[in-house]
Amino acid sequence: MALPDLKQDPTEARLARLTLPEGGCLAPARQEALARLRAMGLPQRRDEYWKFTRPDALIQPDPIPASVGVLDETPIFDAIDRLKIVFVDGVFDPEASDDLTLEGVQIDRIADICGKDIHWTKDIFGVLEARGQTPVARPLAALSTAFATDGVAIHVTGKPAKPISLIYRHENETSDVLLHHVIRVDPGAVATILENGPAAARLNKVTEIDIADGGTLHHVRAQGRDHERRAATHMFTRMGEGSVYKSFTLTVNGVLTRNEQVVELTGDNAIAHVAGACVGDGDFHHDDTVFITHDAQNCESRQVFKKVLRNGAVGVFQGKILVKPGAQKTDGYQISQSLMLDDDSQFLAKPELEIYADDVACSHGSTSGAIDEEGLFYLRSRGVPKGEATDLLTQAFLAEALDEIEDKTLSEDLLERLRGWLTRRR
Amino acid sequence: MLEIKNLHVQLKEEDKQILKGVDLTVEPGKVHAIMGPNGSGKSTLSYVLAGREGYEVTEGSATLNGVSLLDMEPEARAAAGLFLAFQYPVEIPGVGNMTFLRTAVNAQRKARGEDEMSATDFLKLVRERAKALKIDADMLKRPVNVGFSGGEKKRNEILQMAMLEPKMCILDETDSGLDVDAMKLVADGVNALRDEGRGFLVITHYQRLLDHIKPDVVHIMAAGRIIKTGGPELALEVETNGYADILNEVA
Ligand SMILES: Nc1ncnc2c1ncn2[C@@H]1O[C@H](COP(=O)(O)OP(=O)(O)O)[C@@H](O)[C@H]1O
Ligand SMILES: [Mg+2]
Repeated sequence: MALPDLKQDPTEARLARLTLPEGGCLAPARQEALARLRAMGLPQRRDEYWKFTRPDALIQPDPIPASVGVLDETPIFDAIDRLKIVFVDGVFDPEASDDLTLEGVQIDRIADICGKDIHWTKDIFGVLEARGQTPVARPLAALSTAFATDGVAIHVTGKPAKPISLIYRHENETSDVLLHHVIRVDPGAVATILENGPAAARLNKVTEIDIADGGTLHHVRAQGRDHERRAATHMFTRMGEGSVYKSFTLTVNGVLTRNEQVVELTGDNAIAHVAGACVGDGDFHHDDTVFITHDAQNCESRQVFKKVLRNGAVGVFQGKILVKPGAQKTDGYQISQSLMLDDDSQFLAKPELEIYADDVACSHGSTSGAIDEEGLFYLRSRGVPKGEATDLLTQAFLAEALDEIEDKTLSEDLLERLRGWLTRRR
Repeated sequence: MLEIKNLHVQLKEEDKQILKGVDLTVEPGKVHAIMGPNGSGKSTLSYVLAGREGYEVTEGSATLNGVSLLDMEPEARAAAGLFLAFQYPVEIPGVGNMTFLRTAVNAQRKARGEDEMSATDFLKLVRERAKALKIDADMLKRPVNVGFSGGEKKRNEILQMAMLEPKMCILDETDSGLDVDAMKLVADGVNALRDEGRGFLVITHYQRLLDHIKPDVVHIMAAGRIIKTGGPELALEVETNGYADILNEVA
């Protein structure tokens, strides 16, 4: 069926700027992704899934330039011993990166894999993204599969001694970046992936994660501070029996961010936690879109998202828990909350449960509120100035989300960024 | 020390007069008690002095050591030495009690142009003061007042008072909801702070707190006014006869 012009024209206009990489083991996946994309068309404002977030700036042929920020604080994760993999405007930078050898993990560049005839990545690259296209279309993800030439393939075979840290530098005001990572966690293997940095004027990034039985993946991300940057990111995670996936995202600044998390629990007793905190001031639109599918028994999923908004900032949360027939003993929890620091901001939430099994416990809640006046007065009556008291209550509001991070050194580091944001706004 | 003159207060939201001309002076080193039936305006008086929103002062004044309190922000009143132990201490989820105490102590020091207390000195002081009030390490770690029992909340108020060392302490029904042992702890906490430079205003329903914290002056408040002032014997009179006689006598 042909797409209506309304979809087809902008889609073709965007594709006209891109060249499909040819040859190698990933080529068929790219061809298929392009075909998928052409069948879906890029998202439009009228699409139900984009009701709260205008996709225009994410799909237009050229990105809107974003000035490059100068960091006035110690870079995040600076004190953490980690294996650094640096991308500058979406291109792997071997000089700035560490040696990619680390016991318990095999790391390859997607750009190198493209040239090979066989590589394990082929079983995952575009495969999980394709699975994630139903029941809801995610065209921007297919765009990344088809056209992204850089990214890393991380094969976790053991328990690497330090986190693998992906650092995204933004140096060019007009950079338009497509990135694609593939992560495979072997049975019983455990790893932590860190991500940080503004990446580009416009970023479209996909991460496909396959966690085998008993594998564990921790993911902590801090999206960079360059205020004018725009980003659409997708994480597709397929989880085996008894596997664990814990992902946390902190977003401080960025005019437009859409983070999608698509998690499929395919093995019994798996645990998936996705959480996030964002703080937005003024021209800031942040969208967390989460889709968790329970397709096995006795699995647990948690979604905890907190947003602090002021001065006209907009926060969006679309979170769904789908419990398939037979996914008995599912424990699904979802909470999304916003703290409005003034009357100008907006929080739009669409929590959804769709359940086809009878023996499940699922709950969701969404709230939007202002600073607790009683608490504020109590703090002030003890001598804490209003600004400081408000910050303390704001941090307290975000704490429930930050508590989702298991490694306290990491959550403390993120909290430091939040404090910085608050202090800059006093 | 604390001088309240002809204080008239009404609610901001509705046209309701609550304090109808309160006069009260607390001298340094003295303990004044306020007793009175429910709804007579005792908590309102303490909130207005501490600077809570929602009230409008239509007439009168309140000064602390000669400085007018009523135009100051609540934090400035605290820094000036005013402390209110709340009748209903507020729960603050997500803020650790210790963080709260340290933030408050240092904020007041900063406001007075003093250096912040070092982490070690602070810790030492907190441990010592908490111990006297039988507040354990766990209560210090937990979020402010969250999951605290009624008695724990009140002891926590006294701990804050002990840490902040205010000049003028107002205690609003700090004894309510306390068993005898807890009341003794609270009273000991207050008595430990008594000195000639510090004033106390103790709001209570019951004589029993005043057995432990001996007042110099007792006021009876009713319908937004101080209707009678006397010595400690006035509290005993209320204990035996209730308020009826006093109310009749004034009417
Ligand atoms: N915020 C408020 N809204 C409505 N009524 C109030 C408010 N605060 C106090 N009042 C009323 O004012 C009167 C005095 O209350 P309060 O000061 O709490 O008395 P007390 O502490 O002596 O029991 C009561 O009639 C009470 O209902
Ligand atoms: Mg009262």
